Amino acid sequence: MTTLQSNAPTGDIETAWDRHKFDIKVVNPANKRKYTVIVVGTGLAGASAAASLGELGYNVLNFCFQDSARRAHSIAAQGGINAAKNYQGDGDSVYRLFYDTVKGGDFRSREENVYRLAQVSVNIIDQAVAQGVPFAREYGGLLANRSFGGALVSRTFYAAGQTGQQLLLGAYQALARQVHDGKVKLYTRTEMLDVVVHDGHARGIITRNLVTGKVERWAADAVVLATGGYANVFFLSTNAMGCNVTAAWRASKRGAFFANPCYTQIHPTCIPVSGGYQSKLTLMSESLRNDGRVWAPKAEADCWDSDKGRVGRKPTDIPEAERDYFLERRYPTFGNLVPRDVASRAAKHACDEGRGVSYEGRGVYLDFSEAIGRLGRDEVGERYGNLFEMYERITGDSPYETPMRIYPAPHYTMGGLWVDYNLMSNVPGLFVIGEANFSDHGANRLGASALMQGLSDGYFVLPSTIGHYLAKVGVRAKSTDWAEFTEAEEQVRARIDKLLSIKGKRSVDSFHRELGLEMWQHCGMARNKEGLAGLLERIPQIREEFWENVSVPGTSGELNQVLERAGRVADFLEFAECMALDAYTRDESCGGHFREEYQRDDGEAQRDDENFQYVAAWEFTGVGNKPNLHKEALEFRYVKPSQRSYK
Amino acid sequence: MSWLLRFTKSTIGLKVIMALSGLALFGFVIGHMLGNLQIYLGETTLDHYGESLKSNAGLLWIIRATLLGILTAHVVSSVKLVLRSKAARPQGYKQWKSKVSTYASRTMKMSGPIVLAFLVYHLLHFTVGFDSLGLGDTAVSTTIEHCSHVAAGELDCPVYANVIKGFSAPAIVAFYIFAQLLLGMHLGHGAYSMFRTLGLNNPRYDRLARAFATGVAVVIVVGNCSIPLAVLTGVVGG
Amino acid sequence: MNLTLHVWRQKGPNDSGAFETIQASGISEHMSFLEMLDFVNEKLESDGKQPIVFEHDCREGICGCCGFMINGQPHGGRPRTTVCQLHMREFSDGEELTLEPWRAAAFPVVKDLMVDRNAFDRIIEAGGYVSVRTGSPQDANALPIEKDHASRAFDAATCIGCGACVAACPNAAGMLFTGAKVTHLGLLPQGEPERYTRVVAMTEQHDAEGFGHCTNHGECSAYCPKGISLDVIARMNADLLKAQFKNRD
Repeated sequence: MTTLQSNAPTGDIETAWDRHKFDIKVVNPANKRKYTVIVVGTGLAGASAAASLGELGYNVLNFCFQDSARRAHSIAAQGGINAAKNYQGDGDSVYRLFYDTVKGGDFRSREENVYRLAQVSVNIIDQAVAQGVPFAREYGGLLANRSFGGALVSRTFYAAGQTGQQLLLGAYQALARQVHDGKVKLYTRTEMLDVVVHDGHARGIITRNLVTGKVERWAADAVVLATGGYANVFFLSTNAMGCNVTAAWRASKRGAFFANPCYTQIHPTCIPVSGGYQSKLTLMSESLRNDGRVWAPKAEADCWDSDKGRVGRKPTDIPEAERDYFLERRYPTFGNLVPRDVASRAAKHACDEGRGVSYEGRGVYLDFSEAIGRLGRDEVGERYGNLFEMYERITGDSPYETPMRIYPAPHYTMGGLWVDYNLMSNVPGLFVIGEANFSDHGANRLGASALMQGLSDGYFVLPSTIGHYLAKVGVRAKSTDWAEFTEAEEQVRARIDKLLSIKGKRSVDSFHRELGLEMWQHCGMARNKEGLAGLLERIPQIREEFWENVSVPGTSGELNQVLERAGRVADFLEFAECMALDAYTRDESCGGHFREEYQRDDGEAQRDDENFQYVAAWEFTGVGNKPNLHKEALEFRYVKPSQRSYK
Repeated sequence: MSWLLRFTKSTIGLKVIMALSGLALFGFVIGHMLGNLQIYLGETTLDHYGESLKSNAGLLWIIRATLLGILTAHVVSSVKLVLRSKAARPQGYKQWKSKVSTYASRTMKMSGPIVLAFLVYHLLHFTVGFDSLGLGDTAVSTTIEHCSHVAAGELDCPVYANVIKGFSAPAIVAFYIFAQLLLGMHLGHGAYSMFRTLGLNNPRYDRLARAFATGVAVVIVVGNCSIPLAVLTGVVGG
Repeated sequence: MNLTLHVWRQKGPNDSGAFETIQASGISEHMSFLEMLDFVNEKLESDGKQPIVFEHDCREGICGCCGFMINGQPHGGRPRTTVCQLHMREFSDGEELTLEPWRAAAFPVVKDLMVDRNAFDRIIEAGGYVSVRTGSPQDANALPIEKDHASRAFDAATCIGCGACVAACPNAAGMLFTGAKVTHLGLLPQGEPERYTRVVAMTEQHDAEGFGHCTNHGECSAYCPKGISLDVIARMNADLLKAQFKNRD
């Protein structure tokens, strides 16, 4: 075990980023065109990084597996983006955003990174507006803000319920401009399958063209991964179907450390599963809890009956006295507005008691009848009409007539590849940005902070810090003929051939679903040592069966969606073990990691700062082998750790 | 002028040519109808109107040439666009369902050529004096040679009598009415489309634009159809 | 419920392709349309057969990946609904469904129901952006924007680039897509400096991609899962006309 260095500047945190930018090396403008940078991913982080690097004069090779750069899953973010602009004059500041983010992360993030994130947040809004991102505005023509996720100030900028879409299109258009100018070469429908490390530095990648199946080598001076999170390890999540851990995991297999994989965020208000065929979960905006009341029936007879495949009485027929408004009961002060993790666990708790009201007993009611009575149907429609429509489209029920059913779902992953203050992993030349790295959210992410981090990394941080690395190493020879390229390509091909040669009986999805269910049950919203121990035994078994009995029809030399999925599921089957081990090892509860053994008397998370105030970074040592743990100690010089309370 | 050439080659440029030439032809159709409606004012008025049109042969031919040029621009652009549209979808759908498009909008490329064919027939029928369809012995010639010269510089054209004879067979009248209905459809969508192609529409007045286009088209159909019907039923010239 | 699917199967861009009839049995009315196809595919896969290829990703109607014709209607024709949000309760037991890819010269079929829509990307690359360097902008509130303009720009900007407009258009025109971006950026002061060069560049690229022309049928807008208004095309036409009096090269 080694101790990792964050390389963050010491001294006054408020000037740290500026001092750092001055201290690091800068590439001579005339030399920039001599460097090639690979950027994998075209989401908020990837597209903004590729566009900004192209503008600076670097040659950029940008890859995505979707058919267009505009499809990345950042597009689905609804709520908004935080920025410490203090346009509302309500007392917001960079320091307050920094404070809220460190506290919200349950004291498991790196203070210097978070401070920089808060600082840069204001530039993001300027940048986006200049690009033509149509944020919501007030009648006076100035930008509108709302308060989000229980923040005490209104610092969230938004574009209706489509903020992620608008910001992504802004970055995508900036990228399109660089593609037009020839500074960025964009390769769509191209999936990264390995990182190539030469002389200890990341110098290239191996890709597969998803249309022709061609496996190709790409050499560069640095590699940037902006490949998103791994919530699809649960199979059912609010992530897009294509979201995967492959790029990050293959990098991890080449030596990059995977940090805090057990930190996953569960969003409380998603539409519950309706059957075994379900392919994904749909998020409903958190704002619904502003007026909706969460409850479960008191009588078991009114809950889900698996034999009958339905609930007892209709929710509208259950009298007030026989309903349990469990959030209001347990958290009288915050009521239905408790933070995401608390609300999620309370719903799970009710369902575990057998009081669920949806398919397989997984769901609770979110009731608007009181709000409709208080505000009138029109006002409720004004506030939530779009969401009600979406709910009705998916479930066939109208929330005006009958309570919604909701259940928590995996939504975001705070863990990711370990990076230092420069966003470089422990493999020199391998940078990781956006959700793919572990850096800024600690053990729990606040609402409207994901968009902020992706764009902060891509527009403002990486373009500076990557120059430091490139200037330091200088212009070096590049070749795709290096032995490491040949070796990596052979391994990629061998893996593809192996998958195609099994010709087993089970579909890829059936394995993914099985893994997802195990992960959800034992490494989901709540975990315990025993369950995790069992899970650590179960994962290798599923993996073994996968490699013996998976069915992947077709060939490698054509468009083959099953083969694509098979490769990703195979990586999830390896990664899951690392994630479960991290959860098993972290004997405390913090943020999104809730270990049932470590809770206070009132059922809240019990942190153990003495023993676990560190980043757990795992070094891959072979499939099925126990990875090595490396620690980065966390120091809190400004925001002193305290226990959260929402009573 | 390369920018103009570039513009007129673009699909929107071609559409603008369609819109502007369509506007001119639209104006002509209205003028033509208003002129012909003078039949209701009696034989003398209509004959005088005809004579005044024919009195300046030079001007007449300039107008005819201009109209022909505009018509050619309209037709050539439409042919180019239709070919482009075909090339844009080389393989059609097995099934395709319309949601909002009107019958008129979908049949522009059919109603156009039919109206053009009708126009040729109409010229043969009423100007050259040749009934190529054989729908009855109704062909009349209104070429200048058939007007008798009353005095130097003065013409005496039997326009009124020609119209009565021209519409004396029910088959002819039916054919004219059919053609007018198609023309009405063509103009109805064409006029509405013109607003949009030229970017003159405003969301607030969109319904007004459509109502205007439909209204004028109806007026043209009613006005133009009334003449052969009036002749056939004996309301005029009976 | 049980359904009969007539699915377009095409191995690649150069294959001629044909319809194949596939029985979908044991379908739940709660399934989304794509889950129904997943279900059918999983069976095909287990039998070692080639599953039906279709594009999809977010499955919540925002990424723009999914889309094909169901019985002659893009995305199945329900108002403001992408095919991933369409549910089987909209169909009845025993129904026959014809599934076809978007058909347009500019959208060549990649495989089965999947088409290549990179033509849309090239239209954006031609000028669908504001040329602003990272880090150079002024304060976001330095330039107030009329709320009405901002909302209309937003409405146009909600386009997801799925291609249903092209699929629905009898002329296979990409005008609604192009007009949406021209309108979004043209309505904002940030987009004003490049407004007229942008519209020329983007419409020329639109034509170069082999899309057809607009005849104002309105099918594009009616089938648009985001309800983009046909007015964006008129606005683009007006901008292009005005550009003729501004750009003299």
